[in-house]
Amino acid sequence: MSYGSFEAVRGIDLEVRAGEVHAFLGPNGAGKTTTVEILEGFRRRTAGEISVLGEDPAKAGGDWRARIGVVLQESETEAELTVFECVSLYAGYYPRSRSIDETLELVGLADRSTARCARLSGGQRRRLDVALALIGDPELLFLDEPTTGFDPSARHAAWDVISGLRDLGKTIFLTTHYMEEAEHLADRISVIAKGEIVAEGTPGNIGDRATKQSTIRFTLPPGISASELPPSVLSLSATSDGKIQARADHALAAVGALAAWAGERGIDLPDLEVSRPTLEDVYLELTEDR
Amino acid sequence: MTATSPTVGRSRSRVAHLVAHQFRYDLRIFLRNRQGVFFTLALPVLFLVIFASVFKQQNVAVAGGRINESVYYVPGIIAFGVIAATFSNLTLNVVQYREAGIYKRRRATPLPASAVIIGRAVLAGLTALVMTAILLTIGWAAYGASIPTHTAATFLLAIIVGAVVFACLGFALASLIKDADGAQPVVLGIILPLCFISGVFIPILELPHWLIDISKVFPVHALADLLLGVYNPYTSGAGLNWTDFGVLIAWGTVGLVVAVRRFSWLPSSG
Repeated sequence: MSYGSFEAVRGIDLEVRAGEVHAFLGPNGAGKTTTVEILEGFRRRTAGEISVLGEDPAKAGGDWRARIGVVLQESETEAELTVFECVSLYAGYYPRSRSIDETLELVGLADRSTARCARLSGGQRRRLDVALALIGDPELLFLDEPTTGFDPSARHAAWDVISGLRDLGKTIFLTTHYMEEAEHLADRISVIAKGEIVAEGTPGNIGDRATKQSTIRFTLPPGISASELPPSVLSLSATSDGKIQARADHALAAVGALAAWAGERGIDLPDLEVSRPTLEDVYLELTEDR
Repeated sequence: MTATSPTVGRSRSRVAHLVAHQFRYDLRIFLRNRQGVFFTLALPVLFLVIFASVFKQQNVAVAGGRINESVYYVPGIIAFGVIAATFSNLTLNVVQYREAGIYKRRRATPLPASAVIIGRAVLAGLTALVMTAILLTIGWAAYGASIPTHTAATFLLAIIVGAVVFACLGFALASLIKDADGAQPVVLGIILPLCFISGVFIPILELPHWLIDISKVFPVHALADLLLGVYNPYTSGAGLNWTDFGVLIAWGTVGLVVAVRRFSWLPSSG
């Protein structure tokens, strides 16, 4: 089942499937916010076709908005209300809403329900944002940079909440600047750059990540020069100060040759490291000026 | 969406229900906001007590004769109270909510735009009525200012028309102000000078003629003049001053048109 495909900004083609967490990545100014605001119905497109939950967001009414939830990038809440009152205010907007206590429990704010919204910490405010987006029990949730400004432990707590939403069967459209976050949460990723989608895939295979060369790094012991390395490793490597960085299509064969060579000489390579390209490596390559 | 006729009636009662829901929370928010309560409720009372007490022994010229100066201030400060509730407080609140992204968040829910606007306007209107009742009572009990029965209907009409007109102007001005920090100086910069030249803080007949002529163009003068006419014992008949009502309604129409055309749910920045 398709949740929608749309064209925006400059010929974007994108499809978000029901029940998936879809991460939408891109540098600032790439058209990310514009695209999201068009999908949320805040902004009108100039051309193209969009269908979100079967409707054009620019024309959709209250019934459609009852089925979506939006966590905006920057928005405050009614400072004079308590957390519980604020959530009940928004609950009243929907024809069918979730239980307030249960929702506060889900986002980890149950113990703060009588606190004034103005007194919440940054992380707690973001959780309240999520609670307000969830209170109408939406099928589709837009999360615009939900963890920006969080410390690492708050970020992990937020990830648990978002994973919990996936388990509830929600479709989630997530924008973020944190590759770790996309890798941890997303089923699929789209990357936008200069108003166009430049790659789409799973966190594991986007931008040919699965088939890209591995990197082997190690430092040679003193007195041994790089020219003594076995030819199969030497041909792949770049040197600086005895630090070797080699790129290999077949990392296992290269490491085998390296191990045999070191064993013959009775030397050790204690900082030997073999790594796959990270999502960040792939992302930077996809979004750099071409 | 296909809207069928049976859902229209249901959706109307749903909007009414949502307006009531929104109003309940807006009222709670308003009462907990010390700044709003002070500027809207406390300040007009403070002004009335100060002005009316300072000039208790003097008489002042009005159309048709002279009246006690403390009585003179009661209708003026009632006009000020209505304007504070419907115009000043509403404008500041709407700009603040829009720039904070609160309206944007509300627009992402099924809440109809009309419920947000009407809910806020009802709060402004009720605040104006409460304010009027308080000032009326203080004026009567402390300064002997009473409304002759033949002008009482005009009084009520002027309060209602004034509240609606200044609420329209509030929504209009809010849609023209682009940042939250700038709202307060703009609102005070408009209201205070107009109050001074419209007879709210200074007896109008003590002002130079050219200044009175300028003030007659603006709705603050129209409302203050109507209310003064209501309290003035020399007013004959119902005190229905059609020029004043005309000025008010003209400004209200301009406000409504600007508000409908320029109103935005999204913050101006970003």
